Amino acid sequence: MIAALAFYFFAFILLASAVKVVSARNPVHSVLYLILAFFNASALFVLAGAEFLAMILVIVYVGAVAVLFLFVVMMLDINFAQLREGVQRYLPFGLAIGLVLLVELGIVLLGWQIAPETAAMRFAPIAEGTQNTAQLGKLIYTDYILIFQVSGLILLVAMIGAIVLTLRDRGISRRQDIGRQIARTSANTLVMMDVRNGAGIDELGILRPPVDEPEPVAEAHDTHSHTGGHH
Amino acid sequence: MLAVGLGHYLALSAMLLVLGVFGIFLNRKNVIVILMSVELILLAVNLNLVAFSAALGDLAGQVLAMFVLTVAAAEAAIGLAIVVIYFRNRGSIEVEDVNMMKG
Repeated sequence: MIAALAFYFFAFILLASAVKVVSARNPVHSVLYLILAFFNASALFVLAGAEFLAMILVIVYVGAVAVLFLFVVMMLDINFAQLREGVQRYLPFGLAIGLVLLVELGIVLLGWQIAPETAAMRFAPIAEGTQNTAQLGKLIYTDYILIFQVSGLILLVAMIGAIVLTLRDRGISRRQDIGRQIARTSANTLVMMDVRNGAGIDELGILRPPVDEPEPVAEAHDTHSHTGGHH
Repeated sequence: MLAVGLGHYLALSAMLLVLGVFGIFLNRKNVIVILMSVELILLAVNLNLVAFSAALGDLAGQVLAMFVLTVAAAEAAIGLAIVVIYFRNRGSIEVEDVNMMKG
């Protein structure tokens, strides 16, 4: 009884915050409602007995993805009021599509039943008295090891892709110039001098010769010229 | 297993999915909100997978939900990186401005 009440409670908040995600005027509010939605979804996961996934949802979504969204929304200097302009025009169309989709899903939900032989066809039956996390771990590292590795690769590709996409060479970083290093000989770096006994370096003028550093390359193009933008 | 019937979970995730699709149509101009709507849709998928996993007593659904989660995280990272460089180059994130490829 209490579990059913909790389900309805969390489900209501989940749906309400999802409505606010798509309808909030300010994208920062959208992100915050998205975080609320993920918290409630993870509560629903706990109710369904998937504790590990619930914790993963909180860590990955709330801790990483939502914060990523928040950073991007706050970093970009966007006129959000302008982006809301077409909403009135798109509202009826979106409502129509949503209604059609909902009716279709409702039709599907009404007319289905679980096949009687399903229980015999279970791939990894949930054992009573075993922790969800332990059981999931055993499954992932044995039967699903290949998919597990592939999902690791997907994350690696995403990481490298995001870095490559957003890395911008401002020309102020000092990096290794291998050609210059190889072309360097002792003739243009080493100076042999006769030094009298007791003569200081000031007297002879033996100071450290100035090193010729390459000038930092000026930025190739002005990245802040918003010529293409509609302002 | 489930506190309420499987149908309740399925109805909830159907509504969540419809809300996500609705959000894509509603915020046609704002790519960031579209990405958030996609996250909502994937959350609905995960909810479905977990509900079926709990109702049928099969753990494979939860494993699949975890991989969906992984792909969703990767997609969000790449999508936001594309948004950032797009904004850097064009000064706008309106979807209708994305026409450099004339597609």
